[in-house]
Amino acid sequence: MTASRDTQTTLLSVEGLGISFGGLKAVNDVSFAVKPGEIVSVIGPNGAGKTTLFNMISGVYQPGAGRISLSGEEVTGMEPHLLARRGMSRTFQNLQIFQSMSVLENAISGFHLQERGSVLADLLSLPGSRRRAKAAEEGARKLLARVRLAEAADREAGNLSYGSLKRLEIARAMASQPKILLLDEPAAGCNAVETEEIDHLIAEIAASGVAILLVEHDMKMVMRISNHIVVLDHGEKIAEGDPATVSRDPAVIAAYLGAEAQTGGDHA
Amino acid sequence: MKMTPKLATLLILAALVLLAPFLFPSNFYYRVGALIFVNSIAVTGIVILTGYAGQISLGHAGFAGIGAYACALAPAHFGIHPALAVVLGAAISALLAWLVGRPILRLKGYYLGVATLGLGILISMMLNNERQLTRGPDGIEVPELGLRALLKGWGLDLTNGQFWYYFCGLCMILGAWLALNLHNSPSGRALRALHGSEVAARTVGVDVARMKLQAFVISAVYASVSGSLLALQNKFITPDVAGFMHSIEMVTMAVLGGVGSVLGAIFGAAILTLLPQVLTVFAEYEQLVLGLVMMLVMIFLREGLLPSILRKLRRKGE
Ligand SMILES: Nc1ncnc2c1ncn2[C@@H]1O[C@H](COP(=O)(O)OP(=O)(O)OP(=O)(O)O)[C@@H](O)[C@H]1O
Ligand SMILES: [Mg+2]
Repeated sequence: MTASRDTQTTLLSVEGLGISFGGLKAVNDVSFAVKPGEIVSVIGPNGAGKTTLFNMISGVYQPGAGRISLSGEEVTGMEPHLLARRGMSRTFQNLQIFQSMSVLENAISGFHLQERGSVLADLLSLPGSRRRAKAAEEGARKLLARVRLAEAADREAGNLSYGSLKRLEIARAMASQPKILLLDEPAAGCNAVETEEIDHLIAEIAASGVAILLVEHDMKMVMRISNHIVVLDHGEKIAEGDPATVSRDPAVIAAYLGAEAQTGGDHA
Repeated sequence: MKMTPKLATLLILAALVLLAPFLFPSNFYYRVGALIFVNSIAVTGIVILTGYAGQISLGHAGFAGIGAYACALAPAHFGIHPALAVVLGAAISALLAWLVGRPILRLKGYYLGVATLGLGILISMMLNNERQLTRGPDGIEVPELGLRALLKGWGLDLTNGQFWYYFCGLCMILGAWLALNLHNSPSGRALRALHGSEVAARTVGVDVARMKLQAFVISAVYASVSGSLLALQNKFITPDVAGFMHSIEMVTMAVLGGVGSVLGAIFGAAILTLLPQVLTVFAEYEQLVLGLVMMLVMIFLREGLLPSILRKLRRKGE
């Protein structure tokens, strides 16, 4: 009975997920679950497999093993645009902005699922097509205001600062009104002020009921906002639990100390 | 009313079509103008495929060939009106683009370029070799469209050159209007998004394969209509219309003027259509010139002539 109750409250569940790149097991037998409105962080040293895990969950890579289910439906290996329709959205560690578009258009693009219609209506600029585009634009302006980019709406996206682009990606990802949002290092390369902004933004999004799966190297931020933490090292899950438990875990400490000894501790 | 880039482009095109005849040294230039407009239509399709969606075709002349030979063959064999033959050619082109594009556009990379290259060559070979039907490399006559006679009946008496000039000009503006509508529409945005970052487009819900296929089909229809208009105004067509050089010409015109902008690409079509007509040396060395233009643009003016010039002007203005 507890099991059936569990699947009802679980939004995303990952079971035994794995993938190899020519012999290298980038992710191996990773399982965890995310509930609605929860912030779950995935941490681990560089090359631990965090981004690869995100790529499998969001359908960018086909998993070599394991299952993914979203809202109780199995979605393993499903294409990203179909996952988007089922309420999944994400940002990218290496920014994936539509460079030649304006900031506003980047945000509007996030509304694709709401604004899309027949291409014929779009060619002829029929009233329906214009109405959909207008609604998307209004929504996009609201989102831009929410991430404090309203003033930059008409600028070419390529000219924005790194921190602004990170926020723009979050706005674009929020546009589809996801049930779960995957954020891959949203605060990387941001200064202290920008990091705090993103920190607030994430908490706000989670408070509105959206589940968040977060990869982030800023440990202070992770410890502060996460409900649950999954620790990866060399593609394997080495620990999992609430922030206090995870930060005391000897295996986690060893993995991080080992990584710092190798890389000189560039991102504690 | 606010002056949007779309409205500005359409007004500029309309003004050029209407005012250019005042500068024509001879009636011959009506014909040159009509050729520019015909090429502009094909090139506008390239803007949608390459400029918006970022996909490259090296065989679009094949669709122009289908449009052209539909006008030559369908009236003779099925007795349908040439105007309907234009529609038939466009439908066949669209269907063929859909059939060929569907499997290919699911793949990543430059498969479309290679596949369209093959398709173009195949169509061109068929037009050359099916002598019984197409009469081969010597070409075939195309019936009169008949619209000019109709207009004369309504009191609008145009010379043949004038009629094709204004008619093709109108079609070009119509084509530009559709492409500009698409640019700022949900579909156009999705095309430009997948051009910018395919993975990001997919994660916001864009069905990338489907959108690319739509762009490919639309651009094939543009090429087909362009071929039809060429055949109808010449009243004669040869398989060269479907040849590889014609495909390269289309891409070079678009890239030279600016493949991301309708006005830019039409500007490129105008330059490369005009030059061989005015300077006969260009006609002799056309292949050389096209290659050279392509190289220089890629090295010095990645965005194309018009966007680069506009950017310079804007800088000066600031
Ligand atoms: N497409 C790919 N092809 C081959 N190897 C890959 C590919 N993607 C990731 N890898 C490898 O998989 C491992 C995990 O990489 P991943 O990017 O997932 O790490 P990460 O935890 O996100 O690291 P970082 O903190 O640096 O972002 C690395 O060894 C990486 O080189
Ligand atoms: Mg990563």
